Amino acid sequence: MADPATFADQAMPFMSALYAAALRMTRNPSDAEDLVQETYLRAYRGFEGFREGTNLKAWLYKILTNTFINQYRAKKRRPDQVDLDDVEEFYLFRRLGGLEAAGATRTAESEVLDALPDDEVKQALEALPEQFRMAVILADIEGFSYKEIAEILDVPIGTVMSRIHRGRKQLQKRLFDFAQERNLAPRVGSTTGS
Amino acid sequence: MDCEQAIHRVYEYLDGELTMWRRRAITRHLDECPPCADGFVFEVELRRVIVSKCHEEVPPELKAKIAKALGLDSVS
Repeated sequence: MADPATFADQAMPFMSALYAAALRMTRNPSDAEDLVQETYLRAYRGFEGFREGTNLKAWLYKILTNTFINQYRAKKRRPDQVDLDDVEEFYLFRRLGGLEAAGATRTAESEVLDALPDDEVKQALEALPEQFRMAVILADIEGFSYKEIAEILDVPIGTVMSRIHRGRKQLQKRLFDFAQERNLAPRVGSTTGS
Repeated sequence: MDCEQAIHRVYEYLDGELTMWRRRAITRHLDECPPCADGFVFEVELRRVIVSKCHEEVPPELKAKIAKALGLDSVS
């Protein structure tokens, strides 16, 4: 039996990160709570099998994503098999006027980001198709390496890279749409620069 | 290394997933090309904003429920 105190000491500090990831994945607070609770119970029961010295955080995320895929995704009749449009690099930066010789001031693009409400950033992330969303959460929010993400999601590193890169670009596209709706960004087709 | 090549590798560069040789080539390009460097900085900034705006507090009831389920005294 796993030692409860050892498990708690090591695993409890990851709860807020796991909860945030669970919320982005389930898009629903009550499902997110259930998912986190189930993750901790499974981790606790399997703690003996966890090898000391390996990455506990990655192991918890693997349990979280597996539980999500098996339980919550099963509710959905049609898993998304979306083929994302291919978006260019620097999508958002370019559209906010970056890379232009006579562009706005250096910090103008960053100010647009800061002006976006939290809820819209969360929405933009949650709107990504599931496979891409999970990869982006693990890379950008949690800072896992491509190799760790490949192990967590049980897919090849090439697949991880493609999901992260395409997911990020798609996220930029959505953030740009929100910025436009709020008149923080120029309309497509209009010229930028001041 | 031109702008297009550097920008094509922006994510691998920022994720620390390039070989040292490629990394150095891009760093050299960024030293010489302020527009690209601004773009790379923007990507870093974007990630920081996403992380900070997606932060969530764990509901205290959930924390208590998990602590209880694991047979722990309540964790504050």
